[in-house]
Amino acid sequence: MTETFYDVLRRQGISRRSFLKFCSLTATSLGLDSSYAAEIAKAMETKPRTPVIWLEGLECTCCSESFIRSAHPLTKDVVLSMMSLDYHVTLMAAAGHQAEKQLEEIKKKYKGNYILAVEGNPPLNEDGMFCIEGGRPFVEILKETAADAKAVIAWGACASYGCVQAAKPNPTRATPIDKVISGKPIVKVPGCPPIAEVMTGVVTYMLTFDRIPELDRQGRPKMFYGQRIHDKCYRRPHFDAGQFVEQWDDENARKGYCLYKMGCKGPTTYNACSTVRWNDGVSFPIQSGHGCIGCSEEGFWDKGSFYDRVTDIKQFGVESNADKVGGTAAAVAGAAVAVHAAASALKKAKKSDNDKVTGGN
Amino acid sequence: MNLNTAAAELENDPETAAGKTVYVYEGPVRLWHWINALCIVVLSVTGYLIGSPLPSVSGEASANFLMGYIRFAHFAAAYIFAIGFMVRIYWAIVGNHHARQLFMLPITDPKWWAGIVREIRWYLFLEKQPYKYVGHNPLAHLFMFLFVTVAAVLMIFTGFALYSEGAGLGSWQDRLFGWVIPMLGGSQATHSWHHLGMWGIVTFVILHVYAAVREDIMSRQTMISTMISGQRTFRE
Repeated sequence: MTETFYDVLRRQGISRRSFLKFCSLTATSLGLDSSYAAEIAKAMETKPRTPVIWLEGLECTCCSESFIRSAHPLTKDVVLSMMSLDYHVTLMAAAGHQAEKQLEEIKKKYKGNYILAVEGNPPLNEDGMFCIEGGRPFVEILKETAADAKAVIAWGACASYGCVQAAKPNPTRATPIDKVISGKPIVKVPGCPPIAEVMTGVVTYMLTFDRIPELDRQGRPKMFYGQRIHDKCYRRPHFDAGQFVEQWDDENARKGYCLYKMGCKGPTTYNACSTVRWNDGVSFPIQSGHGCIGCSEEGFWDKGSFYDRVTDIKQFGVESNADKVGGTAAAVAGAAVAVHAAASALKKAKKSDNDKVTGGN
Repeated sequence: MNLNTAAAELENDPETAAGKTVYVYEGPVRLWHWINALCIVVLSVTGYLIGSPLPSVSGEASANFLMGYIRFAHFAAAYIFAIGFMVRIYWAIVGNHHARQLFMLPITDPKWWAGIVREIRWYLFLEKQPYKYVGHNPLAHLFMFLFVTVAAVLMIFTGFALYSEGAGLGSWQDRLFGWVIPMLGGSQATHSWHHLGMWGIVTFVILHVYAAVREDIMSRQTMISTMISGQRTFRE
């Protein structure tokens, strides 16, 4: 008989009371109404446990670091035991051939029934030789493992969009996983790293409801990426009022005014930082006085300075952006008009002189 | 048809003979022109101030709403601009053939290309006289197509896409225009295109106003009064 989530949790020493608390907490964090708590509980009591295989390609392990710091201790315990991270190179006890054997076994035993979570991305240049795991290019392992997965989660900016290793000129051709894996539902959970509660929330949703959460056009779960940081920012009233930090450490910075003029990317970044926040809801970048750098947006390394909200336009030189290019064009047009008008006036004057001389009109 | 015969044909068009007056721009076209002009002024100024806000105001946040009012003016003008553009498209269909000029370029017509060359030479002071045209001259026609029609489409699509970020997922702005954001590579890139479009239009307005005033004085046809009365009078 296959184990259910509930069996696993009880075996881990989690009481029924804690379990039910977890169910209602999860329902709330997923933005569902309270009736879903019972539904989650029922699903976890009856459904067989789904194993999660966690692969790591070109990455820095910040997603794993974030994940294991999921704030609420209950959530952490439950999700970690529930997830049965059967294969996670950083967290699992096994190593070497033993670990690789385990991966093969899960793939065989749960064929078409496990969730693949990918942290980092595969480099494609030189046949993938820039990232070797267990003696093989990561891209091969990724494709094989994805082929028998039920669904795929792309953790962080790396797996979702490429992140720093894919920044121009991208020497290893690091490639987001959705460009490599085809025919599988992929949930993108961007961020560098993503918020711990967002990660556990997505996993919990997929495990308990046995389906992927509702996604937006860019493949991100709507429940966490449906709004911009700006939309729910606690400094938003200062934006609407027209009160900005004009430079670092000025009086307005001390008053906690809006960081828009300091290049805060909150208005162009979709994430849950301003609602869920970080470190058990303690704070988030803007609350600490620094603008958002837009780490959960596509290609955020290639969009110019972290302190400027307008994208660099490389074609016009290193330090140019839309406003500089456009402003220059308008100024040049204005100057050209002035010169042209002067020349035209001259021509007109000359013509009427000529007309007078020749007696014409 | 070579350029010389094209030139002769344009020069001898009886419709543009000296002293003749032709009705060119119908009422709705003229009305749209001036409403659109006003919208562009409001949109450019408020848009610039949204991208680069004024110095901070003092006092409690609850007592101020400066950015809010600026953004409101921008959005209100944007709706008028967009609706005006749609009405203008409707009028291109039902109006006279001059109303259609803004929406199509006769790129297969050698006469049109000859006209562009002539106009460029005229602006470089290499021609004594420009040709006369009932509607837009070919160079103006090209610029208006690019910086009025194409630019308006760019601004309306990127503008409503950006508006949908505030209106939220599932709003009609999101359903109709939300796809623009991932297509352009994200919210910030969409903002950049919106900024570039504004500068393109501002540059066009500078040239457009100058050319209209200059040609009114120096060419052989009325310009500014034509967009008020709709009548174009030709001189020698």
